[in-house]
Amino acid sequence: MTVAAWTILALFGLAPFGALTARFPAGRVPIYGGSLILCAGLFYAGLTGLAGPTEHLILPLGLPWIGTHLRLDAVSGFFLVLTGMGGAGASLFAVGYTGHDAHPERVLAFYPAFLAAMALVVLADDAFTFLFAWESMSLTSWALVKAHHRQAGNAQAGFIYLIMATFSGLALLLTFGLLAGPAGGYSFDAMRASHPDLAVAAVVLVTALIGAGSKAGLVPLHVWLPLAHPAAPTHVSALMSGVMTKVAIYGFIRIVFDLLGPGQWWAGTVVLALGGLTAVLGVLHALMERDLKRLLAYSTVENIGIVFIGLGLALAFRATGFQAGAGLALTAALFHAFNHTLFKSLLFFGAGAVLKATGSGDLETLGGLIHRMPWTAFAFLAGCAAIAGLPPLNGFVSEWLTFQAMLLRPDLPQWGLKLIIPVDAAALALAAALAAACFVRAFGIAFLGRPRSEAAAQVRETDAWSIAAMLLFAMLCLAAGLVPGAVLDRIGPVAQALTGANMPRQMGDAWLTIVPVAASRSSYNGLLVFAFIAVSVLLTTTAVHWFGSRAIRRGPAWDCGFPDPSPATQYSAAGFAQPLRRVFGTVVFQSGETVDMPPPGDNRAAKIEQRIADPVWDWLYLPLGRGTIWVANRMNAVQFLTIRRYLGLVFITLIVLLMALTLWQ
Amino acid sequence: MIHALSWQFVQMVLILAVSPLLTGIVRKVRARLQRRRGASPVQPYRDLRRLLAKEAVVADNASWLFRAVPYFVFATTWVAASLIPTFAANLMFSGAGDLIAITALLGSARFALALAGMDIGTSFGGIGASREMMIASLAEPAMLTIVFTVALVAGSTQLSTIAETMLNGHPGLRVSLALALAALLIVALAENARIPVDNPATHLELTMVHEAMVLEYSGRHLAMIELAAALKLTLYIAMIACVFLPAGMADGPAQPVEDAIGVAAWLAKIAAGGIALGIAETAVAKMRVFRVPNFLGAALMLGLLGVLLLFVSQGM
Repeated sequence: MTVAAWTILALFGLAPFGALTARFPAGRVPIYGGSLILCAGLFYAGLTGLAGPTEHLILPLGLPWIGTHLRLDAVSGFFLVLTGMGGAGASLFAVGYTGHDAHPERVLAFYPAFLAAMALVVLADDAFTFLFAWESMSLTSWALVKAHHRQAGNAQAGFIYLIMATFSGLALLLTFGLLAGPAGGYSFDAMRASHPDLAVAAVVLVTALIGAGSKAGLVPLHVWLPLAHPAAPTHVSALMSGVMTKVAIYGFIRIVFDLLGPGQWWAGTVVLALGGLTAVLGVLHALMERDLKRLLAYSTVENIGIVFIGLGLALAFRATGFQAGAGLALTAALFHAFNHTLFKSLLFFGAGAVLKATGSGDLETLGGLIHRMPWTAFAFLAGCAAIAGLPPLNGFVSEWLTFQAMLLRPDLPQWGLKLIIPVDAAALALAAALAAACFVRAFGIAFLGRPRSEAAAQVRETDAWSIAAMLLFAMLCLAAGLVPGAVLDRIGPVAQALTGANMPRQMGDAWLTIVPVAASRSSYNGLLVFAFIAVSVLLTTTAVHWFGSRAIRRGPAWDCGFPDPSPATQYSAAGFAQPLRRVFGTVVFQSGETVDMPPPGDNRAAKIEQRIADPVWDWLYLPLGRGTIWVANRMNAVQFLTIRRYLGLVFITLIVLLMALTLWQ
Repeated sequence: MIHALSWQFVQMVLILAVSPLLTGIVRKVRARLQRRRGASPVQPYRDLRRLLAKEAVVADNASWLFRAVPYFVFATTWVAASLIPTFAANLMFSGAGDLIAITALLGSARFALALAGMDIGTSFGGIGASREMMIASLAEPAMLTIVFTVALVAGSTQLSTIAETMLNGHPGLRVSLALALAALLIVALAENARIPVDNPATHLELTMVHEAMVLEYSGRHLAMIELAAALKLTLYIAMIACVFLPAGMADGPAQPVEDAIGVAAWLAKIAAGGIALGIAETAVAKMRVFRVPNFLGAALMLGLLGVLLLFVSQGM
């Protein structure tokens, strides 16, 4: 606990030095190096939180006479581990990546503060500290999003982010206000002790979904995320996608699972529905996207959906008194959150390396990078395979656990759950398959084939720090896939604290097999599958080379006899997505194409135009914006009144309020 | 330990040895139905030997991925196939992966193959990869909904347990299982690039999917991919047999009589599956590529309907 508190203070303390050292060429090294060490401290503190008893600490900071209440329990510990892990990786990557940043002072000062704010959210034990940390997290990350504010689109991204962050903060303020009740106890202990009635609990669920969900990127509140995450410098993008969304999930878990107390089953239905929608819509967006970083941001939306599916399932099971199922579902959700921190950070690092090497994240200008950036390609491939949910990597295990939780109880009596769980299972399966397509496209277009531009043909491998960070996370993805039991056992106390049950201990089983419920029901052994594949590859390769031919001849590509030397004849990113756009996009995005083919003899260029409409923008945000402008225009008249009329307005308002109060009582 | 391991090995070798023959049988049946004489059913073995002996021609700009993928695809498919109970359930490694893991392993193989298709940077490779992923994006969820249906009936996703439930537990005639079987047949056709979804015998057609992806492969690499394709076909027929027709299967290895019956029954089932596939392929025409999503969408909806029915009908 004291380690965590001191680390957070040190990170806040490191921030001003960032502004000072930014003047020197190597000024980034002490800041990122310091952040790296302090993040390791956070990681360690998180582990102690997971292992040990709950610890409290009251710091004499913040509001006078109240102080800052901190608490490190298993839940906080788990998310502190994620923060430390993601932060350490991003810092290591940043040491090399930011070497040629034109404006280091715009990043260096905010970066440690951002890390500190995220860690503080996780530790906060009263509403004031929580909201202070939450808003600090929003503001510092907003400043980081605006670091390259002159690039096209970034200013708008920052603006939309600021609006959504304000909105999210407001929703959380309301949440805590409701939880505190008329007695006004703003410490979390007081909130835990009070049991709000049904209507209040329903409102709290909605406001928590809005407040934490908009930060996490839950559809339809996700719109800022694919704009803001890619706009930030890449190591910050990795933090925002890999860690900040997890902190948002922590907020949701803390409020709904912990503070709100035992819920109603329909709360699970709502969360399940939103999770399924988020997973499918997020990955469909990612499939259509041509900018590498934005593609990754949309994929974050998808993964948040998967986590929320697990959370919804846990809520539903817990409310129906099925503790073991709730424990399994929550473990699956948290494990997926852990995995997402790993592979999304890794993928952002890879995207950053590509961006640095080619100067562009546009898929249509990349290609063939595997030849000149072998390490980056290898690590990025590992990340793609992990996020696509392929065994024996880690993404598969958490999705597999979620499926197992879904299949546990078809006999629940609630009709809402009977209908939503199978539909969500299909949605999750669809999202997983689409994610595979999405990352085949991302890796295949960016790293394979022939270079589509001069810049892509001339790239050089990225620096050693970045490669180290990428390989480290790739190894962790593999390790978490091979020995998931090691992570699952650490999650045990979290599930125990929140649902009253956890998965059976995993590390004791023979061959480290994962058995969520019973061996006859389902089991999975990543280590064995991996060993099996490795041995088979080895055997076949040896046998084929021994008995068959070893000769290899290099020649021009065959391509059915008509190879075309121009790299433009390869499949493009848009072309790769076209079949899927035709299958899914016509329904979801009302996508369409207009082809303008000039008749023979006319020598203007042929043109093909694609249209993609985002249903959320068109049906929610644009009407909202139009409504706001309409109201503002009407209210405009009120701005130019005489003092006499203003006083009159005040008087009328007072009368109306007093009358309302009289009628109320 | 050694004993159990050797039985697992027998299973792996058996399924690998039989798979080219199955391809040969399907081809022979098709040829006979088209009033051709057709090649001998053992022709695929000869093809493999010929391909293995040839030198491999690799495009100039192929990366390491291109050369590694055939082995990876083969190994992954082989591992997935060895997890399917064929002549006996409860083999040593059957606990390493369940039906979901088998589906995902095949997904890994497809992921790798689609990447290899894009590695050279030709338009054929791209078209194959793109369409393969389009088909997979519907076939894989359909497959998973089928898995859910079967798992809910058997109370387990573990194939050995499922086979035992189907064999001894008398699940009865269930609408959900019928829907799942119909969906599984559609998925099996699509996953194995068979008519009406794809045609394994074509080249130089814009409708081809799997063959376009592997167009640049030759020699031993092609042999590995052909063998993996044959294995996958055997895997699917074995899976259908294991779940919907487990009759004759021994409930554990190392029982000589039961095992012999199991092997005979399994070989008969595989041969019957191959003949049925040959007849079905001759009877229908290949679809346009953009009709495939409707076809597979039907499988997805059938699977989902099966799961929904099970959820709705239980605990009433």
